Amino acid sequence: MAATTLRSVTTYDLKLAAPLALGFLVFFVTPLVILLALSFQADPQGSRYGLTQYVHFLADRFSLGVLGSTLWLGVKVTALTLLLGYPVAWLHQRAPGWGKGVIMLLVLLPLLTSVVVRTFAWVVILGRQGIINAALGGLGLIDAPLKLLYTDSGVVMALAQVQMPLMVLPLITALSRIDPNLADASSVLGAGHWRTFRKVTLPLSLPGIIAGCLLTYAAAITAFITQSLIGGGQMLFMPMYIYQQASTLQNWPFAAAISIIFLAAVLVVVSVFTVLGRLSRGYTNA
Amino acid sequence: MTSASPTTAAAAPAGPSTGPSQGRTLLLDGITQRYGASVAVNDVTLDIRGGELVALLGPSGCGKTTLLRIIAGFLAQTKGHVIVGGETMDGLPPNRRSVGIVFQNYALFPHMTVAENVAYGLDARGVDRATQRREAQRMLDLVKLGHLGDRTPRQMSGGQQQRVALARALAVNPSILLLDEPFAALDKNLRLDMQIEVKRIQRLSGITTILVTHDQEEALSMADRVAVLSQGRLEQFSPPTDVYDAPESLFVNSFVGSANRLGGVLEAADRSGGRVRLDVGGVIETRAPRGDVGPGDRVTVCLRPEHLRVDPGAAAGDGAGEALNGVVEMGLPLGATIVHEIRVGDGSAVKVAESRFERASVLAPGTPVRLAPLAPRLASVFAAA
Ligand SMILES: Nc1ncnc2c1ncn2[C@@H]1O[C@H](COP(=O)(O)OP(=O)(O)OP(=O)(O)O)[C@@H](O)[C@H]1O
Ligand SMILES: [Mg+2]
Repeated sequence: MAATTLRSVTTYDLKLAAPLALGFLVFFVTPLVILLALSFQADPQGSRYGLTQYVHFLADRFSLGVLGSTLWLGVKVTALTLLLGYPVAWLHQRAPGWGKGVIMLLVLLPLLTSVVVRTFAWVVILGRQGIINAALGGLGLIDAPLKLLYTDSGVVMALAQVQMPLMVLPLITALSRIDPNLADASSVLGAGHWRTFRKVTLPLSLPGIIAGCLLTYAAAITAFITQSLIGGGQMLFMPMYIYQQASTLQNWPFAAAISIIFLAAVLVVVSVFTVLGRLSRGYTNA
Repeated sequence: MTSASPTTAAAAPAGPSTGPSQGRTLLLDGITQRYGASVAVNDVTLDIRGGELVALLGPSGCGKTTLLRIIAGFLAQTKGHVIVGGETMDGLPPNRRSVGIVFQNYALFPHMTVAENVAYGLDARGVDRATQRREAQRMLDLVKLGHLGDRTPRQMSGGQQQRVALARALAVNPSILLLDEPFAALDKNLRLDMQIEVKRIQRLSGITTILVTHDQEEALSMADRVAVLSQGRLEQFSPPTDVYDAPESLFVNSFVGSANRLGGVLEAADRSGGRVRLDVGGVIETRAPRGDVGPGDRVTVCLRPEHLRVDPGAAAGDGAGEALNGVVEMGLPLGATIVHEIRVGDGSAVKVAESRFERASVLAPGTPVRLAPLAPRLASVFAAA
């Protein structure tokens, strides 16, 4: 695809894209440049410039810890979402017409409510007097309420649910692209369901898995609201860390530097996924 | 299921080295398939001999694929039994039926090499790597693709992909080979090559084979016997020449080859033949009538274009019945044959195909002619449709 140029993909006048390009320039590129410039200020007044903020961040165990736990949180959420989302997508593929509609509705429904609402629902579910604790207590399975809210697993669970559509939709697309005759061919050649899944369905759905993981990961590590509301005060992730530095402490240069570092880290992850995605597409190209 | 376990079946020398007598019989016993209220396959019974190549022939939607899917086990029939080599297959999943199938779109695994595709079934049977590789190579050699094992399917042409699909299906030494319109996607020259190739391999391996097709030439040229289906019903199951020369129903007569249909009244009939007075004039000697008709009943006569002769102004009758009068509407020189369309008595058109050896040039439109059968008792008679 190296030969693809902007000219070759559209016959429309490229000037038509000018308003969008302008908007992009004003509202995305410019702030990013300002952010970058800000991050090189050695102090909030901007009297000196240098790498002070970056050195500060990279030498600080606490800051590195926050970055690490944020990236790791993304990994856990993505893994859980994939684990729960794949069966949903698979069921959607297998279901008769009306079943497909119901599953699709259930997958899309969360997107129709605000993230804040969904997150508060999880607060209700996970809280000390929440649904889970009430149910387990009522069944006599636990004596004291479990601590679920303000824990790592609580955050992972809530994020997995909130980001589920981002995983399931690409998976459904990928699975529906697989020729149903392939599974039949596999079974008639002697493979059982599990082998057919492992050897045919799973590898051929790889592009969808990678796209879903990429979207979920990017959304999970930047999910400010869910991270803060479910994680509470004790757990700090990058978005909140940046917010604190900027708003509470008014340390704009440091906040900018953290942002740039976070952005770079995310870009690295995204490029890895993109490369994997391209490889898998070449590999499964049907 | 075969009497041997899948592992030993695969490890034993596969198909092609074994003799033609090795094929297993296949009995479809009263198979019916309903989809809701509609009946896709209606009480079809086929008794197929071991090593035989049977073509399922019929128009689109007549239930060919449905029948194939039932044999493969992808679909559980509403009624009836599938019996292979005397053992019933009912209720067995596809992976335990020892059936090989070549799909219309080949359905090769795009993420595996050609050799891996061919070895897939052996791998599923737990055959060791070395044997897998050796068998895959042997099957690829058989379909003359031995040198392309490392390619991926999309680096292959349509004909090559089809041969890979065939090799993949045969590698596990199945009892039955199913081919669903395997040549439909190939262009004409390649199709002929592949038809010969498949026939060669089928002969060599002696595997009982069912070929689904809606191409009558393909069915007649390749099959030992042809099963003609119409709307889920079996119309006829006979050798290709019988299907062509002695069609058992009006549908078979019109679907296989072409036929001129003329209405008439049956004057006389016995076991050896009949005589029909045609509505357009003339009397014709026919084969024995099919179905429940007797003298005096209205019937439909089917005359094949190549069973007729055009005589410009010739005298009437020659023992095969009274000749039919008509006027040339149009003449088409089609290479080896010349086809004339003749308008007869009541205005209906009758096609006549004559070899160029018999007739050198086309007759001018408007020429008055007489039509006569080449021989008595070539025409078929059925109860009036
Ligand atoms: N899953 C299904 N549900 C309902 N009806 C079906 C289903 N599959 C097939 N049919 C119907 O059963 C009949 C036979 O279909 P089948 O696919 O066997 O035809 P075919 O002979 O293979 O035709 P073609 O030559 O077009 O492939 C058709 O009328 C079709 O509409
Ligand atoms: Mg079909």
